[in-house]
Amino acid sequence: METFKKLKEFYWPFKNYFFWSMGFLLLITGITVIYPMILQITIDDVVIGGKYELIPYLALGFIGIMAVKGIGTFIHQYTGDLFGITSVYKLRNSLYEKLQFLPFRYYDNAKTGDLMSRLTADVEGFRFFLSFGFAELVRFILLIGISVSVMFYYSIPLTIVTLITLPFLAFVTFRFDKAVHPAFRGIRKSFGKLNTKVQENISGINTVKSLSREDFEINKFNDSNGDYKDKYIFTSNIWAKYFPLMEFLGNVSVVLLLAYGGYLVINGQLKPGELVAFYSLVWYIMWPIMNLGFVVNLFSQSKASGERLLEILEAENEIKEKDGSVYLERLQGDVEFKNVTLKYTEDDAEALNEISFKAHPGKVIGLLGSTGSGKTSITQLMTRFYEPTEGDVLIDGINVKEFSLRSLRSNIGFVLQESFLFSSTIKANISYGRPEATMEEIIEAAKKAQAHDFIMELPDGYDTMLGERGMGLSGGQKQRIAIARAICVNPSILILDDATSAVDMETEFKIQKALMEVMKGRTTFIIAHRISSLKHADEILVLENGSIVERGKHEQLLKNNGPYQRVYDIQYQDQKEILHSHTG
Amino acid sequence: MKNREQKVNSNALKRFQYSTEQVIEKPFNWKQMLRLFSYMKPYRKNLLPLSIIMVIINTAIRLIIPILIGVYTLDRAVVNKDTGLLTTLVLIIAGLYIVSYGANFFRIKWMNQLGQSVIYDLRKHLFTHVQNLSHRFFDQRSAGSILVRIMNDINSLQELFTNGVINLLMDVILLVGVCIILFSLSPELTLAIMVILPIMFFISTSLRRNIRRSWQTVRLKQSKLNSHLNESIQGIRVTQSFTQERENMAFFDGVNTETFESWRDASKKNAMFRPLVELTNALGTAVLIWYGAHLIQGGNISIGVFVSFAFYLGMFWEPISRLGMVYNQLLMGMASSERIFEFLDEKPIVAESSNPTELADIKGHIQFEDVVFSYDEKRTALKGISLEMKEGQTVALVGHTGSGKTTIANLISRFYDPTSGTVKIDGIDLKDVSLKSLRHQISVVLQDTFIFSGTIIENIRFGNPAATDEEVKKAAEAVGANAFIEKLPKGYETEVEERGNILSVGERQLLSFARALLANPRILILDEATASIDTESEMKIQEALKTLLQGRTAIIIAHRLSTIREADKIFVLDHGEILEQGNHTQLMELKGEYYHLIKAQFNMLNAG
Repeated sequence: METFKKLKEFYWPFKNYFFWSMGFLLLITGITVIYPMILQITIDDVVIGGKYELIPYLALGFIGIMAVKGIGTFIHQYTGDLFGITSVYKLRNSLYEKLQFLPFRYYDNAKTGDLMSRLTADVEGFRFFLSFGFAELVRFILLIGISVSVMFYYSIPLTIVTLITLPFLAFVTFRFDKAVHPAFRGIRKSFGKLNTKVQENISGINTVKSLSREDFEINKFNDSNGDYKDKYIFTSNIWAKYFPLMEFLGNVSVVLLLAYGGYLVINGQLKPGELVAFYSLVWYIMWPIMNLGFVVNLFSQSKASGERLLEILEAENEIKEKDGSVYLERLQGDVEFKNVTLKYTEDDAEALNEISFKAHPGKVIGLLGSTGSGKTSITQLMTRFYEPTEGDVLIDGINVKEFSLRSLRSNIGFVLQESFLFSSTIKANISYGRPEATMEEIIEAAKKAQAHDFIMELPDGYDTMLGERGMGLSGGQKQRIAIARAICVNPSILILDDATSAVDMETEFKIQKALMEVMKGRTTFIIAHRISSLKHADEILVLENGSIVERGKHEQLLKNNGPYQRVYDIQYQDQKEILHSHTG
Repeated sequence: MKNREQKVNSNALKRFQYSTEQVIEKPFNWKQMLRLFSYMKPYRKNLLPLSIIMVIINTAIRLIIPILIGVYTLDRAVVNKDTGLLTTLVLIIAGLYIVSYGANFFRIKWMNQLGQSVIYDLRKHLFTHVQNLSHRFFDQRSAGSILVRIMNDINSLQELFTNGVINLLMDVILLVGVCIILFSLSPELTLAIMVILPIMFFISTSLRRNIRRSWQTVRLKQSKLNSHLNESIQGIRVTQSFTQERENMAFFDGVNTETFESWRDASKKNAMFRPLVELTNALGTAVLIWYGAHLIQGGNISIGVFVSFAFYLGMFWEPISRLGMVYNQLLMGMASSERIFEFLDEKPIVAESSNPTELADIKGHIQFEDVVFSYDEKRTALKGISLEMKEGQTVALVGHTGSGKTTIANLISRFYDPTSGTVKIDGIDLKDVSLKSLRHQISVVLQDTFIFSGTIIENIRFGNPAATDEEVKKAAEAVGANAFIEKLPKGYETEVEERGNILSVGERQLLSFARALLANPRILILDEATASIDTESEMKIQEALKTLLQGRTAIIIAHRLSTIREADKIFVLDHGEILEQGNHTQLMELKGEYYHLIKAQFNMLNAG
């Protein structure tokens, strides 16, 4: 119940829908039981009792009552649905907002698939419970209560005899539910596995074909396919075992009813019409009981769903804006790190260790180091994607914690290692950070990123759709659009995190030449593996295991006998040798 | 003000655009239906007839019981106060229920077995077929769209094959049976009650279809919403970098509202369904009460008949409702099966000759004779290429993007056939050999190394599933991959996945080398990666290459100067033509295109 209490803000504002729905449920359940009673009156009073003058009243009254029931059912169901979908609308917006602002640290540990299943299946589970779960529970109690009362009213002994199978039925139902849910989970899991298998196969089809492993893959697929089939048949066998049994137990009731009820009628203790009414009433009790397991299961599932949703809603966001945070339209781009240490989690080793440096506006800082040495971490502290464990990061002399996030981040143009583009037009992707940018500005940015020419060669130019239904761009093309996207926000600080890794050397050269222009008047951080990308930096920081091991200009570092020189030698010796032997 | 808000809203909705499959149902098509049902053929001698027999038994019992209760038990035993007959009848009914229990058990069991077997066969057929299609097929489609057909489209036929078809039979029997029985009991009353049948059919087909279309709209909106959720999670770092959280929220609110509204509409229609059905039933009951009581009064029918009618009336709706459902399933099945058959009708463009030669162990002597190739009419990738690669040579292909390097490699593996001219290996035209025997002797190491989810050892073994653990480790050692593998938490048993961050680009490359080495091909094709990897890893890869190239013909699409320099032969390509060929020294002396290429690269490095 705790879970539902915590989620109250999402459904309680719409409680009126719920109360309407419940009110009408009471009405229609009451009416349901009227049908067998009318049947009984027709047989006993009209036909046997000879009161044929009642017929029109009975027939018309019946239709009238059923019309009321129809309207009642409509209102009950519709308001019940509304209760669920309105709450879900509110819940979804809140979840989305939460997800937009959760910090990088959260996403480092989250899996897209897991988040998606919470946002879809768990939201749906929660809605289903709001719309149906609770109502089913109420309906169950009402229907059984009213039916049993009516039966008792007709004949107490017959009721007892007829309902003698109920405990057995309840028992079988619970056994069934216990068996069938793990089986269903088995199907879902097996389907998920099969899905992954096929998806991997198709995504990796080039690898499969290049090593000629089609038969191997078909065999693996058949195993998964067979497993799915087996799991399904296993589940349907559970159905086959229990479902006829439940129906049979219901039928046993009917047989008991006929035997004992028939005997009572013969003895004159029961009227024939009452016997017929009983026959209908029995099923009003049997069906909800067969359904009970489903409802109980629904309840426990939606509770689990609610908990998983709360985990997102209550996730902590350690990166908060201070009250009265500084908002500056334009930053100068003066960056300073003072003894900054960063640990991603408590137990991890330091990702950054006592980093200090200063970057004056307009300067270019190069970062070199092997994978995991801390280059990316440095840049992500400037935008405050993470908080330093110790030390301060200052921009324009102000601690980044004091800035409003928007002021800070909109002044920093980030080209991430992995160039993620959205399902939208190229135009919209370039202006992603500044949706109000004009077409001229967009083209200008694309030109600077060496992207304009290839964009113009695409069938729809800047209106070409990217993403799932869009053009497949090469890695290099994507990177260039990502660079254009960063340029388009006209940032004071530009960060290029391995931004030209996927382009060929020639294009890289062109981009670099163009970037020279872009970098003017901005503080730029370049992360790269190629010395050629870094050599013109005003200062190069060489990182190893989170510490700065060397710093200085290209010319200084060349004679330093350190890691920079080693990397340089590896990259250049080859070329020198080749050229010297021929051009000499 | 309100107007302005709406305008903002509609702009916000265009921020992202997602594809959604629009067509969900198709008109009925007999030919396609027959083709679909031909998948039941293998079961025509066992599961199919057995299920049908069970269905018939079951339906028959359901039809008999109301008469037994109404006409016999009530009229003859109870009203006539015949205790003996009552006992007999109760025993008969109990007996029938036991039979029905058994029949039900087998019906559910066999029907599901049948349905699942058909689905299994169909999916297997489709997957096997797709697996053997050519590169072009995969080039033209996104992985997602292929996945949807193999998984979702086939699954949407599941219900049709497990329950749909056989229920169709059951419902027809039930409906006809009820009509016949009612008619024999009392033709006048039957005719009177029949008025509700057309209304029921209408509700079950037209109204239901209308409702289902509304639900489809809901699903389309939801899938748009989910696509965006998925993308927004994957792109969250970009969004936060550019502080677009609020803008995205406006978009999301728009999509969310659209979903809400479509849902509300569907819900409203849906909520009308049951009341209408019940009201129609009530109409039938009213007719029964009015006219039936009148008939009893005239002595035309007995109470038992009246009661039986009441029971049978309740049995009308179920089959009609299900018939409507099966009809809808069929229409949806049409759309799915059309998409499935579209794939099944796709022919591999690289077709084997009718009587292909099994290629024996090849030496690796490759010849291109005046080969022309175009991917489509507009784009000629190779314009009459003739070249020779000798057994055991390392050959480098050099040129700009689009010069035809990759195309040459693709033709050697016969992923495509040349438009004209011939490609020969050891003097045999590739068109005459079986694909399998050819490709088993060629390995391609691609730029983007695909990592399958599984352990490291499984990933390497992908090159040769028959290899022992020792052989795998030896291959890894030979290319220098063992150093990093052994540093992983569980060594060779470490679980990796496609998008996992466990392996760096360089490490992936080494894994793919180990894979290729294990496959031990006669011809190796290597598409060098351009992705910059840190210099230490690059050194390791250079070392590994030497091991890998030994003793086989190797074709390298080269970017690294060191590989090019050491090649036995270099082909310089431009726009589908060979400009120069020779080894490094020869080409440098030529001072042609190659010389300029190398020099330009060097200048770039220096100029930065």
